[in-house]
Amino acid sequence: MIQLKNIKKSFNGKVVLDDISASFYKGKANFVIGASGSGKSVMMKCMVGLIDVDQGEIFYGQDDFVNKSYEERKLIRKEIGMLFQGTALFDSLSVEDNIAFPLRMFTKMTPEEVLDRVNFCLQRVNLSNVNKLYPSNLSGGMKKRVGIARAIALNPKYLFCDEPNSGLDPLTSRLIDELIKEITIEYNITTVINTHDMKSLFEMGDNIIYIYQGKKEWEGEKSLIRSSGNSRLLEFMKASEF
Amino acid sequence: MKFFEHFGNYTMFLLGLFKRPERFKVFSKQTLHEMSSIGVGSFGIVSLISVFTGAVSTIQIGVQLVSGLVPDYMLGTFVRDSNIYEFSPTITCLVLAGKVGSSIASEMGTMKVTEQIDALEIMGINSANYLVLPKILAGVLTIPLLVVYAMVLSIIGGAISGVMGDIISVDEYVRGLRTDFVPFSVWFALIKATTFAFLITSISAYHGYRTEGGALEVGRSSTMAVVYSAVAVIIFDYILSDILLGA
Repeated sequence: MIQLKNIKKSFNGKVVLDDISASFYKGKANFVIGASGSGKSVMMKCMVGLIDVDQGEIFYGQDDFVNKSYEERKLIRKEIGMLFQGTALFDSLSVEDNIAFPLRMFTKMTPEEVLDRVNFCLQRVNLSNVNKLYPSNLSGGMKKRVGIARAIALNPKYLFCDEPNSGLDPLTSRLIDELIKEITIEYNITTVINTHDMKSLFEMGDNIIYIYQGKKEWEGEKSLIRSSGNSRLLEFMKASEF
Repeated sequence: MKFFEHFGNYTMFLLGLFKRPERFKVFSKQTLHEMSSIGVGSFGIVSLISVFTGAVSTIQIGVQLVSGLVPDYMLGTFVRDSNIYEFSPTITCLVLAGKVGSSIASEMGTMKVTEQIDALEIMGINSANYLVLPKILAGVLTIPLLVVYAMVLSIIGGAISGVMGDIISVDEYVRGLRTDFVPFSVWFALIKATTFAFLITSISAYHGYRTEGGALEVGRSSTMAVVYSAVAVIIFDYILSDILLGA
């Protein structure tokens, strides 16, 4: 479980995250929704430590991430997998080397064990015969799947997905959604997903957090979203044709 | 003020990257790869520049030695010294500031804007240490070797243009090369080359690493890297000459 407690973040005096507290549950797909510029990506970057918060606390289980040193944070980061909006695959490395990268860096696996794990992760995301291809040879959907395979290579406890469906056709989007959901349940991990895609949210969302202009407007289960009574959230959903 | 801000950030950047590598095997593999990229990749341009620098210096010095007061063979001595002390280390490194510097800055900048550096950080890897330290080490090990190669080629280039232009015979040129040779001149060139290599690789990596935005900013970082590296090379050329050769 991940907990945010009163986190605040400003850039050049502009408040981007304003006193946000939220919980992200284990074994569930926790969705963060909101319009562009609402602060979703900044919040995710704060959660993984790419941006330091100005104030507040972030707990991974019992560990206070904010007040840890760089070296201490590294230990928590090794339990985090992240799927970036643009996939962030290393374009100088093949698919196999991309997925093997964290294994080679952090485990004492033999080359054969690494290859077995890479092939397992690729099979898990329904890809085959792509080991020697480079990211530039892959389609958008394949890149996302390789990104997921790399993110789960080390069996993470926490999976962060920033706009996993952006730039994908509806069918591929659905495949990616299903994959993320399956992995969340199968490995019982805490998954945090930033999205605008309300279809994804209604298909696989468990816990929903709605952010408006840097403030948390609403938090609750998917089943309660239509009866939330929050006019901004309802308007956001309506604009998304739901 | 901007200069001090950059200098402070650059110093912090350097302090952050001199850490023990996560995996020595991966680090050494990266370093070898970078050595190949910097060394082998720059072989052609360094060869071309060196031969022509030597050739031009022979012609220009030859033109100035028409008085008859200086023996002809001294042309070889002057070409040797001007190339070893100055042309080979400085011109080679200025060319490498353009070639290697822009390559490092654009590679790092692209990795930054496509979130590849963020991906490394999230995995728990010190991205500066993993990406930049092998480049600096590779530069510091490879560029002095390129400079030694440039010295040899420039002297050969000088001989070729001297003979082809009927300026000096090979025997006289070789006699000049062997006259009053100071071994320290080679050490001086190597000290300069090592310093320049560090400046080129670290300044370029710094500019690439700080890139924010998109393709336009990557181009801008690449240009800044080349400009600042070249300026640093020129300034340190003066400083090292003053310290090591000054009275």
